[in-house]
Amino acid sequence: MSVFVLRRLLTLLATLVGASVIIFLVLDALPGNAAQMLMGADASPDAVRALTVKLGLDQPLAVRYLQWIKGLLVGDLGNSYVYGTPVASLIAERLVLTIPLAMMSMLITVTLALSAGIYTAANHNKLGDVGVMSLTQVGIALPNFWFAILLVLLFSVRLQWLSAGGFPGWEDGIWIGIKSLLLPAVSLAVVQAAILARVTRSAVLEVLREDFVRTARAKGLGKREVLWKHVLRNAMIPVMTVMGLQFANLLAGTIVIENVFYLPGLGRLIFQSIANRDLIVVRNCVMLLATMVVIVNFVVDVLYAFVDPRIKVHDL
Amino acid sequence: MGERSTMPLIEVANLGVRLNTSRGPAQAVRGVSFALKRGETLGLVGESGCGKSVTALSLMGLLPDSAVVTGSIKLDGGELAGLSDADYCRLRGNRISMIFQEPMTALNPMHTIGHQVAEPLRRHKKYSASQARRETIALLDRVGLPDPARRVDAYPHQFSGGQRQRVTIAMALACEPDLLIADEPTTALDVTIQGQILDLIADLVEERGMSMILISHDLGVIAENVQRMMVMYGGTIIESGPTDEVFRRMGHPYTQGLFRARPKLGARKGTRLTTISGTVPELADLPSGCTFADRCPLVIEQCRAALPPMVDVGPGHFVRCIRTDVSMAERVGALTA
Repeated sequence: MSVFVLRRLLTLLATLVGASVIIFLVLDALPGNAAQMLMGADASPDAVRALTVKLGLDQPLAVRYLQWIKGLLVGDLGNSYVYGTPVASLIAERLVLTIPLAMMSMLITVTLALSAGIYTAANHNKLGDVGVMSLTQVGIALPNFWFAILLVLLFSVRLQWLSAGGFPGWEDGIWIGIKSLLLPAVSLAVVQAAILARVTRSAVLEVLREDFVRTARAKGLGKREVLWKHVLRNAMIPVMTVMGLQFANLLAGTIVIENVFYLPGLGRLIFQSIANRDLIVVRNCVMLLATMVVIVNFVVDVLYAFVDPRIKVHDL
Repeated sequence: MGERSTMPLIEVANLGVRLNTSRGPAQAVRGVSFALKRGETLGLVGESGCGKSVTALSLMGLLPDSAVVTGSIKLDGGELAGLSDADYCRLRGNRISMIFQEPMTALNPMHTIGHQVAEPLRRHKKYSASQARRETIALLDRVGLPDPARRVDAYPHQFSGGQRQRVTIAMALACEPDLLIADEPTTALDVTIQGQILDLIADLVEERGMSMILISHDLGVIAENVQRMMVMYGGTIIESGPTDEVFRRMGHPYTQGLFRARPKLGARKGTRLTTISGTVPELADLPSGCTFADRCPLVIEQCRAALPPMVDVGPGHFVRCIRTDVSMAERVGALTA
């Protein structure tokens, strides 16, 4: 078990190093000089050069990369070019919104997808199966920002149950915060849930065809009991894999959805920083997203071993 | 009590099973009737697709939902055909148990073997967890699994095929069923293990006074393990009788062909194996007459007219053939071949 985890940890580290190099190189290759951008087109070349030196942008590529990594390791992400404040606190402020949003969205996704997937598999080829599967087909085809606008039209404009955007913070109470994140979380979840429901359905159907399902029935277990006690755990491996991959999609989705709902989250910070050429913020935000995705997939890998007793032995 | 001992444990009358296959509806089993007394053992022989497994699954009530079952299956006089699934669940694993062909896939890879063997005990006998665990270890010990007290918490992938089949046997026997159905229990195992497993099953059947239906395509397995046998072909029984009697005087040309087709030890190298020419008929479009007519060496026009009746050819020995006068004159059987 520990060898398994250790090996996954090494893979995780290697992935992060690779990701940091790519992020750094890609952002560096972008046209436009940050100093020039900050000072405007009319700035004198001398002033631009002075700012370039001040920001450390005159240093060779490798030196700047190593400085960044060194900073990452001690938690010093530098200061924003635009705001002048530490990037770390800038990001921390935004995570208070984005992490709860992502968690709510994942929770909605999993709840919807597992119930729909299990329901349709248990009623294979019956009316309910066909109906729910048609809905998921629609769900997959929906662009989330468009669906978000429909939700706003219905729940904010017509019914006036929820606000159309903005985030009051957590100070006024958790429920108020959650309420303002509900529509964005649902819009992010719907497409993901549609995909995950289909994955769950086919995984469950596949396991239902296994011999041990018949053995369990021959022992006197009812269909429902076999489904819960014998089938689901076996079907979880592909479902967990897709869930891990969907987490990356979810984070990418927040960039769009936070803009639709005017939420001051990480996604919106990235969007604004790109517009402002605040590359130091962009670089650290993207690195953070990459780290979250890699960690989630690491957790999924470790969970495999908890779900499936065969994995420990095979990987040792 | 007196009535109970004379009444057959299981009585199947005119069983028919219609399955929905990808090639359309197929009459997988038709007109199957037999009775089995308490403690009696019955063999079911035939090629793949002859309906023997479908017959077994219909006794277990485990056919797919789309299957249509006709006729009657009685357990101790109580009708099983048309029983609700909830009621059937109380019988399965409790009064009727089944061992399957593939020990490698018949166990759930995610649960310990102890958990899987304990499941019927907890369910039918309402044992507590510790009671069930103790009984499970005793059962695993009885089926010859080495070091059961330690191995009870191991997972299926940590066992060999033969050991896994021992586990499924322990599982099937947990609640001391009246009837054990063993569907090709040794087909997937190494030859050296086959004998051990069959001996184990025979010992347990004897020891617990169970009735057993043993399904096999192997005449040798049938000859050594059951008191009575039935040969199935194209969904019908074409020969039935006491095992000794059938092996002494095989009546149906198909049974004889099956017997000749078995590989023999000591045959000269290069000798071609005897086969039955032709293939098993598609159940989706069975001929109206004798199902074996197209492959039978003795076929005459009359054979194709209607399904032949069962002909009484000896004590308890029946053959579904109208040409037994010719087929049995040849006296093909264990004694003469």
